Amino acid sequence: MSLTQDDVKKIAHLARLSLSDEDIPDYEKELSNILGLVEQMNAVDTSDVTPMAHPLDMAQRLREDVVTEENHRDEYQAIAPSVENGLYLVPQVIE
Amino acid sequence: MEWEVVIGLEIHAQLATKSKIFSGASTAYGAEPNTQACTVDLGLPGVLPVLNHEAVQMAIKFGLATNSAVAPRSIFARKNYFYPDLPKGYQISQMDLPIVGEGKLDIRLEDGSVKTVGITRAHLEEDAGKSLHEDFQGMTGIDLNRAGTPLLEIVSEPDMRSAKEAVAYMKKIHSIVTYIDICDGNMQEGSFRCDANVSVRPKGQEELGTRSELKNLNSFRFVERAINLEVQRQIEIIEDGGKVVQETRLYDADKNETRSMRSKEEANDYRYFPDPDLLPVEIDQETIEAVRATLPELPDAKQQRFTSEFGLSDYDAEVLTSSRQMADYFETVVKASGGEAKLSANWVSGDLTGSLNKDSKDIDESPVSAAMLGGMIKRIADNTISGKIAKQVFEAMWQGEGDADAVIESKGLKQVTDSGAIEKIVDEIIANNQAQVEQYRSGKDKVFGFFVGQVMKASQGKANPAQVNQMLKEKLKG
Repeated sequence: MSLTQDDVKKIAHLARLSLSDEDIPDYEKELSNILGLVEQMNAVDTSDVTPMAHPLDMAQRLREDVVTEENHRDEYQAIAPSVENGLYLVPQVIE
Repeated sequence: MEWEVVIGLEIHAQLATKSKIFSGASTAYGAEPNTQACTVDLGLPGVLPVLNHEAVQMAIKFGLATNSAVAPRSIFARKNYFYPDLPKGYQISQMDLPIVGEGKLDIRLEDGSVKTVGITRAHLEEDAGKSLHEDFQGMTGIDLNRAGTPLLEIVSEPDMRSAKEAVAYMKKIHSIVTYIDICDGNMQEGSFRCDANVSVRPKGQEELGTRSELKNLNSFRFVERAINLEVQRQIEIIEDGGKVVQETRLYDADKNETRSMRSKEEANDYRYFPDPDLLPVEIDQETIEAVRATLPELPDAKQQRFTSEFGLSDYDAEVLTSSRQMADYFETVVKASGGEAKLSANWVSGDLTGSLNKDSKDIDESPVSAAMLGGMIKRIADNTISGKIAKQVFEAMWQGEGDADAVIESKGLKQVTDSGAIEKIVDEIIANNQAQVEQYRSGKDKVFGFFVGQVMKASQGKANPAQVNQMLKEKLKG
């Protein structure tokens, strides 16, 4: 299993990572290697194995439905690049 | 060519928890922007989501109420996409092992027949925040109060064959989630919303056509309109020799049209994987049984009981059980009226509902309480007032003039059943209208109504109509 340069660009775009053109061949190779390893593991018969969802063999603990958080908006917004009327401002998103 | 419409719905029900699904921030609606968005909701580094017990209980409740399988083990996954109202860059949702598995639900169609719709699954997930595009030049405002609010996404099988069926199914889910009290059902505030997957195929064809997904359907009326528009659009494309593309379309209620949002192939690559922050959720039989014990009587069971216990028609029973509040109100009315079920049904679904609609009030805000309405119906049943006078009494109660007995007393509306008094009026009317008496006696039966009207008018509507009829008939014979 090997990736093309376009695959690498697409993956980078999905993860919002910017790659320079000269880096792409390296990533192409490294990611293909990882897939090669997965391919190898795919050869193992796992029909009797329950898929593992988490490395810890435990069940999720639940919290009681109680409001425990207070309003700290001013502190959180102090480190935001841009705020107005209590809203976080981001570059315009057009659907 | 004859076309068959195929519809499946994805309904998002906001769960009525106090705190968010993975954090202790409040879920109350309408707060100042970002005052209910804590570090977990903001997706700050180093925070850990911890699952809300109540959200799990509510999901189990839904599973039990819809004959669905509750999963002994379910898993949360990350659904990755970038959008500023989703600060983590992924939504915590469920993919492979949802908390609620397959189930089914009966819906009643317009012709009275019953259809079973399959439920594919229902899973827990967090809601995103809100983007405000209009108010800022070149910028988008983000309010994350809603981020992390628990949602139950209920996915149906593609079993619906018309927009009307889709609406009937959606209403049924709405009534169930509000009956079992896991969602406030408020569509205006977005607590209950739906996406519809719509496709068409030539009648008789097995294979499904290419579907589009309609978003932003936040009222029953919009669901019906948007689906019908979309069906029409797809049929026209195919009949013109074109091909439907798989895409997401947004319904614009103002323009009453759907338009393309994005093409699904290019946009959807969510790269789901199990969320390492959350362990599998395990639900044992004991927990399920404990939740089962908290289930109230469900709409279907209540409807059946209303027909058998009160002798109501299927239609009346359905109207009166459409919400738990309405059903509770009705039952209180029946009790207070001394068991007058049919009269109670007529008043609740008639005058009461009409007045509520006129004043845009919910049944729990009714100025006429169930006990008051029942008290009035009791007075109709024991002949203290006629049905016609009752309308006056109801109106007075609606205006806050006291209960039925007080209104009847203060306005002097008590029905006249004293035959001597009625006879006096009848004699007078006959004596003053000799021409009509001649007409009646020469065979013009219709004139009878004139006499009834005159007597009722003279008694200000208070004479007992049955007695008036009988006495007039006798006297007019001559």
